[in-house]
Amino acid sequence: MKSSVITFPGSNCDRDMDVALKKFGFKNKMIWHNDNELPKSDLVVLPGGFSYGDYLRCGSMASKSKIMQSVINFAKSGGLVMGICNGFQILVETGLVPGVLLRNKYLEFICKNVFVKLDNKENLYFKNLDKDIFELHIAHNEGNYFCTKDQLKEIQDNNQIAIYYCNKSGETEEQYNPNGSIKNIAGIFNKEKNVLGMMPHPERMIDQSLSGEDGSLFFKNLINNIK
Amino acid sequence: MKISAVITLKKDVLDPQGKVIHQALDGMGFKDVNEIRQGKYFEIDVKENDPKKAKGLVEDMCKKLLANLVIENYKIIETQ
Repeated sequence: MKSSVITFPGSNCDRDMDVALKKFGFKNKMIWHNDNELPKSDLVVLPGGFSYGDYLRCGSMASKSKIMQSVINFAKSGGLVMGICNGFQILVETGLVPGVLLRNKYLEFICKNVFVKLDNKENLYFKNLDKDIFELHIAHNEGNYFCTKDQLKEIQDNNQIAIYYCNKSGETEEQYNPNGSIKNIAGIFNKEKNVLGMMPHPERMIDQSLSGEDGSLFFKNLINNIK
Repeated sequence: MKISAVITLKKDVLDPQGKVIHQALDGMGFKDVNEIRQGKYFEIDVKENDPKKAKGLVEDMCKKLLANLVIENYKIIETQ
């Protein structure tokens, strides 16, 4: 399985993602933002970081990079595109997934492990996972998911909410919401479920000696699903 | 000519920075404030000299990059 990770100026989780994808069997290529064409890929990843210094709005300038037209075309033709953290911010700025990511409610940069609950397994990302609650890492200043009332109704009607912030037992009360995002939303799909944007970093949870293995479950399952 | 664009958050979007600034001003003794909303201001010097065309150009920039219309409004002002 072939994957491509796009590096923007200011990306800093691109190599972590490269390590994670290779560990679980992907043949990964790093693609520079100024390239015109994506190589043949089964999965494209927009990594975390601070593309363009987070100037203007996080992800706004990266979403207009040369390579993004090719990524958008790939997504629109049904290709799997996953945006993590700053990658999620880039995805909302392209319009591939609805909504926006605002500054965290309490104006703090949050860097900690959180629990998230999967909402919908009828997609290639989560299909066949036997756990519903995952411990993953978040590190962001703008992860406060917001959308209009009409958009919220639409994403709920289409089962586009991918993951919620929750506690260890999967309760999704407001107190387990780290950043103020609407309905505790931590990740969103597009309508067709081939594009996934999420704030947590599965690539940081692939080694017991570092932080945990819940990211390993995600990547192992993902490559099996798309084989 | 110079054209300015002012980007403001839409009414129902939470503005935590505006809130904190409001609280700080309140603490300094400015008690007569109802609400503060923080926005962005751009001063753009364009090569176009026809005011209508210049404003049109900046409006296009607002729609495509400077503002995110899900959460923000923009207002264009001719400054010179």
